[in-house]
Amino acid sequence: MLDPNKKIDIEEILENLENYRPRRRGWTWRQPWKGKMDGYEYIQASEPLKNSISLPAAHYFDNIDPQPDLVITSEIASGRFEDDIRRMRMAAWHGADHIMVIRTLGQSHIDGLMEGTPEGIGGIPITRKQLRATRKALDMIEDEVGRSVNFHSYVSGVAGPEIAVLFAEEGVNGAHQDPQYNVLYRGINPVRSFVDAAVAKKIMSWADMLQIDGAHNANASARVSWKIMPELLVQHGINCLYSVKSGMKKENIALSTVPPTAAPTPAMRINLPYAVTVRELFKGYRFRAQMNTKYIESDLFDATRMHMIDAFVTRLTGAHLQSTITPDEGRNVPWHINSIRGIETAKHALVALDGLTEYVKIDKKKINEKVRELKMRAILMLEEIIEVGGYFEAVEQGFFVDNGYYPERIGDGIKRKKDGEIAGNTVVPRDKDYMAPVCEHFGYNNLPKGIKKPCDLVGGCTLCKPEKIKYIDELDETDNVSLRLKADEELNDKGLIKPEVEWSNDGTIQLDMTFAANEEIAEVAAMETAKRLGLTDMNVIHKTVLHPSEGTYVEIKGKIPFEIDTKNLKMPEKIDVLPDDEITKFFKDHEISVVAGTVGNDEHSVGMREILDIKHGGIEKYGIKYVYLGTSVPVEKLLDAAIETNSVAVLASMIITHNDVHIHNMRKLSDLAIEKGARDRLILIAGGTQITNDLAKSAGMDAGFGRGTHGTDVASFLVKALTKKLR
Amino acid sequence: MARPDDFEERSKHLKNLTDEELDKRFWELIEKIVDPLIDLAKTHTSPSIERSVLLRMGFDSITAKNIVDKIFEQKLLGKGAGNVVYKFAQARQIDYLVAGETLVKEDHWDEVRELFGDGKNA
Repeated sequence: MLDPNKKIDIEEILENLENYRPRRRGWTWRQPWKGKMDGYEYIQASEPLKNSISLPAAHYFDNIDPQPDLVITSEIASGRFEDDIRRMRMAAWHGADHIMVIRTLGQSHIDGLMEGTPEGIGGIPITRKQLRATRKALDMIEDEVGRSVNFHSYVSGVAGPEIAVLFAEEGVNGAHQDPQYNVLYRGINPVRSFVDAAVAKKIMSWADMLQIDGAHNANASARVSWKIMPELLVQHGINCLYSVKSGMKKENIALSTVPPTAAPTPAMRINLPYAVTVRELFKGYRFRAQMNTKYIESDLFDATRMHMIDAFVTRLTGAHLQSTITPDEGRNVPWHINSIRGIETAKHALVALDGLTEYVKIDKKKINEKVRELKMRAILMLEEIIEVGGYFEAVEQGFFVDNGYYPERIGDGIKRKKDGEIAGNTVVPRDKDYMAPVCEHFGYNNLPKGIKKPCDLVGGCTLCKPEKIKYIDELDETDNVSLRLKADEELNDKGLIKPEVEWSNDGTIQLDMTFAANEEIAEVAAMETAKRLGLTDMNVIHKTVLHPSEGTYVEIKGKIPFEIDTKNLKMPEKIDVLPDDEITKFFKDHEISVVAGTVGNDEHSVGMREILDIKHGGIEKYGIKYVYLGTSVPVEKLLDAAIETNSVAVLASMIITHNDVHIHNMRKLSDLAIEKGARDRLILIAGGTQITNDLAKSAGMDAGFGRGTHGTDVASFLVKALTKKLR
Repeated sequence: MARPDDFEERSKHLKNLTDEELDKRFWELIEKIVDPLIDLAKTHTSPSIERSVLLRMGFDSITAKNIVDKIFEQKLLGKGAGNVVYKFAQARQIDYLVAGETLVKEDHWDEVRELFGDGKNA
């Protein structure tokens, strides 16, 4: 069992891996749940988690973490599976239950399986060891969060059928499989792609895997992606029916569907009719709502905005899976934080839009004209594909990813030769005496008469007898997980740590800054700033022009040339929180009141209310009386009120820190209390996001409380301080 | 090929179809495209398919690749790699995993060819 306060132990996962068997196979949907949390009713929700991290504002609402009804995907692509695993754990805690592992660059062109744990580029080499270790880790992670986590990768490339077997054997729960993806984007021979796909799909069906198609890639490849909407319908249709005819159940086939366009186009009027069309034509299939990737630039906020709008389409038209794309996809290999941000975007949107269609409905009559047009355009394309001789001929003639709005053709479509491309002419006819003595084999199989199962001939196949699976550990002595862990261990043993974005201790940080200068100057000035701060491997990852001459915002990433020694870190003093019973008893025996308010010209009240109100678990619940004077209270007024009401403490909130006004106000509070002769009997407490205990004490306070403080912290301190006074 | 958007003209025959008829037509045409592809898959095989058979028989990925490469070279893939290994093991009365290894290391292809006689296309 994992301990939330301990990091996952990769060494432990690798131990005895050769004997590990996944505990289930097949896809798992979320368990629907209806009910109330903190008094709020949810109607599109699923079973809550045992352990999770809720949305940022949840602390106002009793820390609830409602889980939407849709499966939420997180794509993970660090290139090192041991780092992938740590990120999967983070993702699961934030609400992802579909972990999609991206493959290393070029794996689709490897004619066979890869083995061991070499490092990948832009993804991971998918191997038996990597899959088994990851599934084992996910088995532990799903116990920790209390929900099944689906593991997913790609059954594509020139080794599709073998990868399908590997996935079925190792308990992979979902996969992309679409021969058109091979043909169009991987340049693999069309005949090979389709012949292989049927065998792969049949094996995936046995494993009860969820299949996702590859149509979203057309969206990402086209220049103006809404123009290929008719073709997207055609691509979905071909893969769906091909899968059904290969033995797959409709409910295990998911369309990867993307809102094709984004702002600044009037996106909703294009995306919505398309979403309705797809859902009408493909009844009975599943929908994976993919976020738009085509128009992700380097601006994290714009990506997030786009994905909120996309999630709105999901809620309005319905889907079974909500994909998340990291908002940094447009600038670097995704970072931990951005994977989590993507999940939070989806969770936030889906929860916020819970039950949307109870009030908001699509005007079916009004939208139908557009829907019919899209269907007709797709039908016209199908007619022409048949007219030219079929799928292979259409691909040879560049029908797909043509930037014309079909039947318009620009003539820039992707062309692939039926007898050419990668792995061309490798498909052979099955002879009359062709035979395969294994189960779940698609197509003609001349098995001897009288056998119950095909694999009886060989005493069982690996699908029936998993003990027959052959496990290969490592093939490359110079590139494997053990070596990488060793390097990390050296740091850990010394108690050293570096910041990281994707790999353990990779040392990368991000800086952002604004210069009152034009784009060119700001960019170079930012690089110079990073250089003088001592960073190495710097890159500008984003710029926003605030005005052509008045200002430019720049984001830079770079590596720090040092480590932090955790043994020598000076940790801030930790306030020991007393048990609730003890606090309550103390204030029953000692009736007291306190005076509270936000001082200076400061209108922030939320933080203070949290500390005070019984509703938020504030000090009121322990029987402490308080006089709340509101916001922008002069320091004098706070003290006078304290003296008048015979209060024992002053709680002063200070959120604004401009020109160190918070420090100034703390000093003033202390000085004035001395002047009024009340300092000895008053406990002075300051609180605010930028306040620390040390800072407050140095400015004359008895205590300071920063971000994340709860009523119980303040109440505990009051008990201790008053006890001391009473002595 | 380039062509302007002639949707209005080209879709005349579809305009009077009901919504349901449009959906039906879509799927009928998809089926016309998919059926020949499925037939092709049923009656053909590839090196990856045959490696997937050997994996299911319990060969490791490296041996599976080596065996299939040889069988492909020998133009015997149409028999099925699993079938070749199985028949060879039966004839020799040895474990089929050993038979597979033997076919990688030693040249027994004339013998294998004899085991199959002549059984062309399915």
